[in-house]
Amino acid sequence: MARLNLALLALLVVCALSLVTSRYQARKLFVDLEREQAQSRAYEVEYGQLQIEQSTWAMPARIEKIAREQLRMQLPSPARLRIVEAGPR
Amino acid sequence: MRFAHTFKTNTPAAPRLPRLRAPLVFGGLLLLFVGLLGRSLYLQRIDNGFLQEQGSSRYSRDIEVPAHRGRIVDRFGDPLAISTPVKAVWAWPDQVDATPDQLKALAAALDLPTAALKQKLAQGGDFVYLKKPVAPQAAAHIAALKIDGIHDENEYWRYYPGGEVMSQIVGFTGDRDVGQEGIELAQQSWLGGHPGSRRVIINRRGEIVEDVASIRAPQEGRDLALSIDSRLQYLAFRELKAAVEVNKARAGALVMLDAKTGEILALANWPAFNPNNRQRTARDHMRNRALIDTFEPGSTLKPFTVAAALDAGKVSPQTIIDTAPGTLTIGHATIHDAHREGALTVEQVIQKSSNVGAAKIALSLPAETMWQMLSGAGFGAQPRTGFPGEVSGRLRAAKTWRPIEQATMAYGHGISVNLVQLARAYTVFASDGELKPVSLLKVDGAVAGRPVITPQTARAVRHMLEMVVQPGGTAPKAQISGYRVGGKTGTAHKLDGRVYGDKYVSSFVGFAPVSNPRLIVAVMLDEPGAGQYYGGTVAAPVFADVMGGALRLLGVAPDAPANTVVVPSDAVAVREET
Repeated sequence: MARLNLALLALLVVCALSLVTSRYQARKLFVDLEREQAQSRAYEVEYGQLQIEQSTWAMPARIEKIAREQLRMQLPSPARLRIVEAGPR
Repeated sequence: MRFAHTFKTNTPAAPRLPRLRAPLVFGGLLLLFVGLLGRSLYLQRIDNGFLQEQGSSRYSRDIEVPAHRGRIVDRFGDPLAISTPVKAVWAWPDQVDATPDQLKALAAALDLPTAALKQKLAQGGDFVYLKKPVAPQAAAHIAALKIDGIHDENEYWRYYPGGEVMSQIVGFTGDRDVGQEGIELAQQSWLGGHPGSRRVIINRRGEIVEDVASIRAPQEGRDLALSIDSRLQYLAFRELKAAVEVNKARAGALVMLDAKTGEILALANWPAFNPNNRQRTARDHMRNRALIDTFEPGSTLKPFTVAAALDAGKVSPQTIIDTAPGTLTIGHATIHDAHREGALTVEQVIQKSSNVGAAKIALSLPAETMWQMLSGAGFGAQPRTGFPGEVSGRLRAAKTWRPIEQATMAYGHGISVNLVQLARAYTVFASDGELKPVSLLKVDGAVAGRPVITPQTARAVRHMLEMVVQPGGTAPKAQISGYRVGGKTGTAHKLDGRVYGDKYVSSFVGFAPVSNPRLIVAVMLDEPGAGQYYGGTVAAPVFADVMGGALRLLGVAPDAPANTVVVPSDAVAVREET
């Protein structure tokens, strides 16, 4: 009888300790999760800022200016246009 | 009493205790104990709010979960409005206690002159914004200075990459990220986010270790895709702006519709404003003229008169109308043509834009028939784009029309429209007689229209509109190399007070390619002041540039050989008025 009680006591101690550890683990993981979520929010913010930057660089007015002035591009005159008809497949 | 006896041997006899003393002390202690028990019961069960609050404030926090405003994007997903988190830096001027060095560092971080900063702080009072928006990095730098009385708060800043090109459509948000104009206002409930809040447990280092409860789930703003095509919008804006400046017009507007779906692909206005920096913007520059202003359309309405007559079987395209001597008197009023023509076919009435011809055709119809045509084409009713403040224009009930009014309405006077209505009405001719709904939001799939005229009539009018841009018509300058184009000019006198003065609204509405119309473009220039004012000379070239560029950008197959543009010299171009 005493032996059974002792075994149960040992089991109880083990359970109690594992509860403490798992609780601790859960909190630690949760802290990690929070950090990752904060990081993901920060990335989202950065993504938005990059989108802004990209659209600023890609403004049609700027592209047109560069095409015309730096690359010296121009619309071909109608005389220099050839329309290619797609043949039957 | 053996016990007492033993004591007696060592110590003098103890005084005899009163008999009630022990029970009294015991009872007193018991009472105190019961009091304690009662108090603790009271605190635990009945009045437990205060202590629980005190306890939880040591480990739990309610934190706000931010929700950003949805983006506005164009039809390809390119951003037109984005929210980005920033800080607003503010101060309690009374509490600010900073060394000159700190102030200098603060001014540098805020990108303000030190003197301006000092002046703001010297105003005193409770609360003053030092600057907003402030970039998050700069705000962190300011927080690191640890100056008393300087605080910051989270805010969102709305950025508009399209700038003035998109300004009147997208609109802008005001304080607290709430829509104030344009789509930002119209779609506030869709775009706006609602921050949530949750209760968490924090540890000694301020890290969140457990989620206790979500008090309010955050509701993120949703993205919104407009029907606008950024490239076409830029093209339209650039050409419109150039035309307004060259012609010294007071203002101008341009609408481009997809003829198949009724989507608004471009909607440009000039003057415009920069939504990213609108401190000195005149209220007038914010007007989206194409939707919230009306004008008398002039001759651009003639095709509807003719379509009504064709549909009613009153005329055929070849019916001869005698317009000599170029005037028509009805009651006390006389209608004039810009130049005399004589006998014209119905087709030529459109091609040469004869007021007398159009008036005669209109007078052959019952007022009710004409009203049905105009109303069926969407005039007098809001185009229902969902844009705030869009107007319906004015189309009076047929019963109230006098003959002279019916005659002037035939060429677009005595009726008012907005530019989007006018462009939309031309979907009737660009399709086979169906009026398409217009939309500022992206539409997926086919769009059902409402039949207004028969397909035969639509095709006949389409042919007449193509004649307008050919030599002998009012708008040879609307031709585009490689594409067949159809359209109609308008040169309407403006009401100056109560009389028609010598100010004009010049317009052109047209579609291309005629063999299978893809796009409709409507251009309107208000009070061109550089000498030229005919729709065919002022508005038609804008149409040709924008339409030509758009067709090439969209890769629409040409339906005419290149180099077919025949523009007669200005002297022989047909003039028109109204």
